[in-house]
Amino acid sequence: MIETKGLTKRFGTLTAVDNLTLKVNEGEVFGFLGPNGAGKTTTVRMLCCLISKTSGEARIADYDVGKEADALKIRKLIGLVPDTVGLYDDLSAYDNLDFYGKLYGCTETQRKENIQRFLTMLGLWEKRDAIAGTFSKGMKQKLAIARALIHEPELLFMDEPTANLDPESAKTVRDFILGLKKEKKTIFLNTHNLDEAQRVCDRIGILSTKLLATGTPQELERALSSGGGARRTVVLLQEQATDAMLAGLRQLTGVGSVTVEGNKLDVTLSDPDKQNAAVIEAIVKAGGHIQSVTIAGASLEDVYLKLVREGGS
Amino acid sequence: MRLSQSWIIAAKDFKTLRKKKNIIYMLFFIPFLIAVLIPAVIGYVAHKSPAELVVFLPAFLFFYVILAGYLATPIASYTIAGEKVEKSLEPLLATPTTDSEILLGKGIAAFFPPLAALWGGSALFMLLMDLITRDELGYYYFPDSNTALVLLLLLPLALLMSVQVNVIVSSRVTDVRAGQQLGGLAVVPLMGLYVSGELNLINLGDASNLLIIAAALLVVDVLLFFVSRATFRREEILTRWK
Repeated sequence: MIETKGLTKRFGTLTAVDNLTLKVNEGEVFGFLGPNGAGKTTTVRMLCCLISKTSGEARIADYDVGKEADALKIRKLIGLVPDTVGLYDDLSAYDNLDFYGKLYGCTETQRKENIQRFLTMLGLWEKRDAIAGTFSKGMKQKLAIARALIHEPELLFMDEPTANLDPESAKTVRDFILGLKKEKKTIFLNTHNLDEAQRVCDRIGILSTKLLATGTPQELERALSSGGGARRTVVLLQEQATDAMLAGLRQLTGVGSVTVEGNKLDVTLSDPDKQNAAVIEAIVKAGGHIQSVTIAGASLEDVYLKLVREGGS
Repeated sequence: MRLSQSWIIAAKDFKTLRKKKNIIYMLFFIPFLIAVLIPAVIGYVAHKSPAELVVFLPAFLFFYVILAGYLATPIASYTIAGEKVEKSLEPLLATPTTDSEILLGKGIAAFFPPLAALWGGSALFMLLMDLITRDELGYYYFPDSNTALVLLLLLPLALLMSVQVNVIVSSRVTDVRAGQQLGGLAVVPLMGLYVSGELNLINLGDASNLLIIAAALLVVDVLLFFVSRATFRREEILTRWK
């Protein structure tokens, strides 16, 4: 759905995006992680044909980004939730959406149906006639999402959709994105919220002007683990660990070291998310009673911080 | 360029403007105030001879051309600078609409409401003036061929100039108020013409003079069109407009 090769954007002497090469598949939620000023918004603006690229190539579906003749076709294909909601505060929620529906060339029936559908999904249908200026930040953000979806785009760009939202509103927006994911919508999500990226995205790209890494959250964690930042499962038992438990654990594949400290077992694993069930089963089989199981070690946050710091230096 | 996209944008702006009561009041108050005030002064306070009237009446009508330079300011600055303030330009630019279509839409929204107000006000002005000066002149002065030139040619051209000046100014300012203050400068050359008329440097009742002024305004409008198009580019808007 999205393919870039060496995509670069310079503003004068400042390089905002440097040699970006990535691929986003159809039906995928791709998270673009990076600190402020990493070039996330600039990338989205280039892909949405809002600003020109300095060099490199980019394609959305079968269209060339940067080719004047394709710009309108690309914009028709995509929906954008910008980092600022940019609603018309003097218009009602309904009129805001209706205006954009018209610009995207939707028929009156399509507009009516989609406005009702998306406002209902986002819990705003009852407020459809209320002036957008009276909405809370969360409601405005939801309305901006509905606006981006009004023409049922194949590809949705979301630029930090939960930034500045309270936890409840952020959760509503995240849940909505998860709902879109189930509908197999292709979503390009700019965020610097690691937890959000991990929960919502199929794959993640870490950007700091240059693309530092791409992969699933698990792949990125594993990559750091193999580089010395191993992930571990810490098991707290109700009793002292026994030799039988240790022997059972050491027989499992993918287990590195097992250390014991009183009633705490520290097990180094290649992929704790997949192997924890086997670890628990081995302990229980050996007669152990488990109080809690936690994953420690290289997390997506560790990966992100390591890459961004290395990228910065 | 698809006119339909521009009309959608203009229609949205008309809808938004309907809720801006201060702009609406200003738009209609001044043309209608002049329409009532000047006939009242001529009729009841400053009595004029027929010879004086035929000099003053076309000059008074020229007030509406001056107003054209002034009345486009609040709407034009609101439609462009207002979008900047509300940060609503980015989603608008992300739609399948070209820069020229957006610019034309904004132009339509800023052009027609003042035109309606000015034509309405000037119609009332002419009606009242005719009623008041009929006995003195022995005939109805308005409308004449010069009236048509002023209202159907000069006034729209002056309005177009003001709209375009305001688009350019609005792209360089940070808020609506600053846009209105600077955009109001469009009235200066028109005011200069009026003062020249009052000082007998130009005869504003002469059709050939009016045509020369119209031609000059047309040239200015064409030049401003290219400047405003060059100013309104999405990359500039998103990366430089602050």
